[in-house]
Amino acid sequence: MRPFTYERPDATREALKAAAAHAAPPGEGRIRAPAHYLAGGTNLLDLMKIGVAHPSALINIGPLHTEHGRIEASVEGLALGALVRMAEAQEHPAILRDYPVIAQTLQLAANQQLRNMASLAGNVLQRTRCNYFRDPSWRACNKREPGTGCAALEGNNRHLAVLGVSDHCIAHYPGDFANALAALGADVSILALDGTARRIPFEELHRLPGDTPHVETALQPGELITGFHVPAGPWTRRSLYVKVRDRESFAFATASAAVALHIEAGEVREARIGLGGLAAKPWRAREAEAALRGRRLDEHTAQEAAEVAFCGAVTHSENGFKPELGRRTLVRALLQAAEMEA
Amino acid sequence: MPDGTTPHFGPATIRIDGRAKVTGAARYASDETVENPAWAFLVTSSIARGRILGFRLDEARAVQGVLDILTHENVGGEAEKPKPMAGGDTTETMESDRIWHDGQIIAVVVAESFEAAREAAHKVRPDYEEEAPSASFGSAGVVEEVRKAGEHKDYRVGHAERAFRDAEFRVDQRYGTPTQHHNPIELFTTTCEWRDGKLTVYEPSQFVYGLRGNLAKQLRIAPESIRVVSRYVGGAFGSKGGITARTAWIAVAARRVRRPVKLVSTRDQGFTIVTYRAETRHHIQLGADRNGKLTAFRHEGWEVTSRPSQYNVSGTETTARIYACPNILTKVNIVHADRNTPGFMRAPPEGPYMYPLECAMDELAFALRMDPIELRRINDTQTDPATGLPFSSRSLMECFDKGAARFNWSARNPVPGATRQGDWLVGYGCATAAYAANIGASSARVTLTPDGRARVQIAAHEIGNGAYTVLAITAAEQLGLDVADVAVELGDTNLPAAGLAAGSNHTAAISHAVAKACDGIRERLARAAILANDSPFAGGDPAAITLSGRALNGPGGAQESLARALARTGEGPLEVTAENIPKGLPPDAMEKVRQGQMAMSRGHSRDDVTAYAFGAQFVEVRVHARTREVRVPRALGAFASPRIVNPMAAHSQYMGGMIWGIGAALHEKTEIDPVAARYTNDNIAEYLIPVNADVRSVEVLMVPEKDETVNPLGIKGIGEIGIVGMNAAVANAVFNATGRRVRDLPIRIEDLL
Repeated sequence: MRPFTYERPDATREALKAAAAHAAPPGEGRIRAPAHYLAGGTNLLDLMKIGVAHPSALINIGPLHTEHGRIEASVEGLALGALVRMAEAQEHPAILRDYPVIAQTLQLAANQQLRNMASLAGNVLQRTRCNYFRDPSWRACNKREPGTGCAALEGNNRHLAVLGVSDHCIAHYPGDFANALAALGADVSILALDGTARRIPFEELHRLPGDTPHVETALQPGELITGFHVPAGPWTRRSLYVKVRDRESFAFATASAAVALHIEAGEVREARIGLGGLAAKPWRAREAEAALRGRRLDEHTAQEAAEVAFCGAVTHSENGFKPELGRRTLVRALLQAAEMEA
Repeated sequence: MPDGTTPHFGPATIRIDGRAKVTGAARYASDETVENPAWAFLVTSSIARGRILGFRLDEARAVQGVLDILTHENVGGEAEKPKPMAGGDTTETMESDRIWHDGQIIAVVVAESFEAAREAAHKVRPDYEEEAPSASFGSAGVVEEVRKAGEHKDYRVGHAERAFRDAEFRVDQRYGTPTQHHNPIELFTTTCEWRDGKLTVYEPSQFVYGLRGNLAKQLRIAPESIRVVSRYVGGAFGSKGGITARTAWIAVAARRVRRPVKLVSTRDQGFTIVTYRAETRHHIQLGADRNGKLTAFRHEGWEVTSRPSQYNVSGTETTARIYACPNILTKVNIVHADRNTPGFMRAPPEGPYMYPLECAMDELAFALRMDPIELRRINDTQTDPATGLPFSSRSLMECFDKGAARFNWSARNPVPGATRQGDWLVGYGCATAAYAANIGASSARVTLTPDGRARVQIAAHEIGNGAYTVLAITAAEQLGLDVADVAVELGDTNLPAAGLAAGSNHTAAISHAVAKACDGIRERLARAAILANDSPFAGGDPAAITLSGRALNGPGGAQESLARALARTGEGPLEVTAENIPKGLPPDAMEKVRQGQMAMSRGHSRDDVTAYAFGAQFVEVRVHARTREVRVPRALGAFASPRIVNPMAAHSQYMGGMIWGIGAALHEKTEIDPVAARYTNDNIAEYLIPVNADVRSVEVLMVPEKDETVNPLGIKGIGEIGIVGMNAAVANAVFNATGRRVRDLPIRIEDLL
């Protein structure tokens, strides 16, 4: 047995209290904390079963849906509670109309059964699908066991990242929804153990691996995500998500692009670009956005932006194709978005 | 026995075991209840090559509920290595301290619960002496050798080298196929129970007598002291055909703890404790004249196997006889790596070997500016080019013509990359499918009871092939009953022996045995009838009496009810056991099956005819013009067979094979770490197979054909042919769509960028 305690607090305050009761190693971030919040469980329970996660305490925050399960659309933007189910958000009329890229990242993820269970915050915090990370019989994984090395560097790395990687880890961030949040410049609301609230740019939530790939987010042990705020903007309606994958459904992205465009008088006023399946974290391609601003969007400028987006790519033995696929995916998404009626 | 008047199609029948399966009433091996079972969990190696220096077991033993831990140190001498169905020697597990491959069984933990066994298994600490392993083709340290003739043959007809050199048109290409795993949904389970020195094994199996015979040798006990039960199998595809190492160790464990022991292995263990389809490489040379007539065919294959095994599939035995060609040369090489021993997987030789041939034919057609179907027509033959024997029947071109018409093949634009719908490039491809018509020796018992019901008993195998229903249909037809009047018992060595359910031979093998037993019943009833004064058949010819409509029927409309005729044979039921030894097999074939050996007449090794099933497969692909995902909106297969016992199940079998073929061409690949020689995507989250969204229109045409010689009932196997042409049909369609010829499977986005 791998014993763990299980609690199911009714309120946020109780949940934080429960988390506070478990001492956490300093400076190692949330991932290796002994207590884990359990929401939909679609990733955490899987990781526990395959021996990658071994929390000593699970705090089921399902009942907190009443506090953090709302979707609110206003002129300022879109507020998404952390415990909104993926399936709830994917069908929300305001999201479908005003933030199609968000709806699409959700619709194209996993399958309906998983989306019925999975929460938005849980989805954002899902772990890499690197097979060396997900199987503890591999000894070398700096993300799972700091200092052990990285078997993926010379291994089966077809799926792994080409942007934001380090010599210590090339694991990819596998999710979809987070790429839309990155692209749209969302904020994330966080509660600390003592109940203090803070709000940080979503882009700062995930960290690059550097030489500490086991520290994946800016969350401190016991901190709880309560929601996301996506600012309104003239670009959100003309937005979409292109997900390229090995099979038609129920597969992670080999490459994906979340784009949002504000086009006026034939000219790009603002472009927002998130990339998925290609990077160590949800990736915002700011240089590519800048390359489009003030220009007409056509095959040529889209291609230029795509070149810029991947100029820092680092490839390994099996994923040399990913920058090219990433560029093509981005060009496809940009041109498709340009044709939308918004 | 039937006499060639059998209709092409039997009655389309809903599976008689369908309700039991969907309601959970069907007992799969691990569902069988045993009294007070202990649970086993396997410990497998995390290195691919080396030795075990020792185990630290204290932590594991300390887990509450642990009963025993088996390692080579305490049980190594208690069982022999299993003998695979083919290829001779294999790797060890706990017979010694040696590690032959990743994921090898090195210890078995037995405990009071599954959870305790698992927990303790994770706490077993082996100390290894590691050696650098060799993963696959191209790895340092692999050993390549020419496959010797024996289980398989090579063909040399004419002078292929010279003819190729002199050919006007040539295709000279190399192809490859990846490692694949069966991944049946039912995991690999074993339950062993000893009682009074006798062992009962519940294990999903494609050959219960084979499991019994081989396990007896491993444990050095008499086969008769073992009973193997496998009433239902939740998918096998070859993986449950041969015995694997786990069975003997669970039997040893049950003996040690003096309790039944149950093992349900995990999904990832299923990648290394049983067999798999090994990766292959091919060199094909086709020579042709300007009219498309083949003048030279050379096919050389390379196959990966384990260090000690000679296992290979040698699909050149099929490719050498697909097209008329005066000059043929085949050769197969095996490459030994630090891997587990491969084995049968759906269409073992035809899947990987027909792919390069059928791609090469497409390449030749393109070079000749000829329609690929016309190229096949020009080289079609009714004579086996490798041996000169006639085909028992060969309706390949009927399949192509019917299939092409239905598929609307004529709409294909032969110019690659020229057809576009919106953002998608569209391509059509086709390929020949062929599979040897095999049939094994089998026995069966049929009992007719006075209430007009029949019972069929045979140690045959329900692996999703619809065996229960096939036998009910056969017995009902032969005895003149309704299918609902027939009860069928399978999967138990207490029943009359049947052979391996593989090689698409099972329906043919077991139907003939049951038909023969039914004919024995007819004969007993007929003989009694002609001797009885009160019978309308008195003094007649027993051979002229047939069974139909619950009655005996004879010349001139003579008729007597089954009940009345049966009463004459004595009190109670009438029981007949019969054996069927197909033409060409030795007289001791049935005894071999009882001992657990294979006794199968192979369609390519007969001395009277060459017997093959043929089909034509068509695929439409769409490739995204920019990002290059490949999708398959349509697939169609036309398959010829003289006799389809259950058209409903047959349709599913063909269709299932085709769907698998979409996956084989586009999705399936077991990834192996090149340094550690370990599988990395050993789960069905990362080992991709098609999902519903990948499977759109899949159409099956069943083309009737006439065949007097394949076997008396005219049954050609259908379980595997559906996959055979798909690899090439998809690859050829991708070429038509994009102009890109991908010669290594699976075809992925990066191959088309």
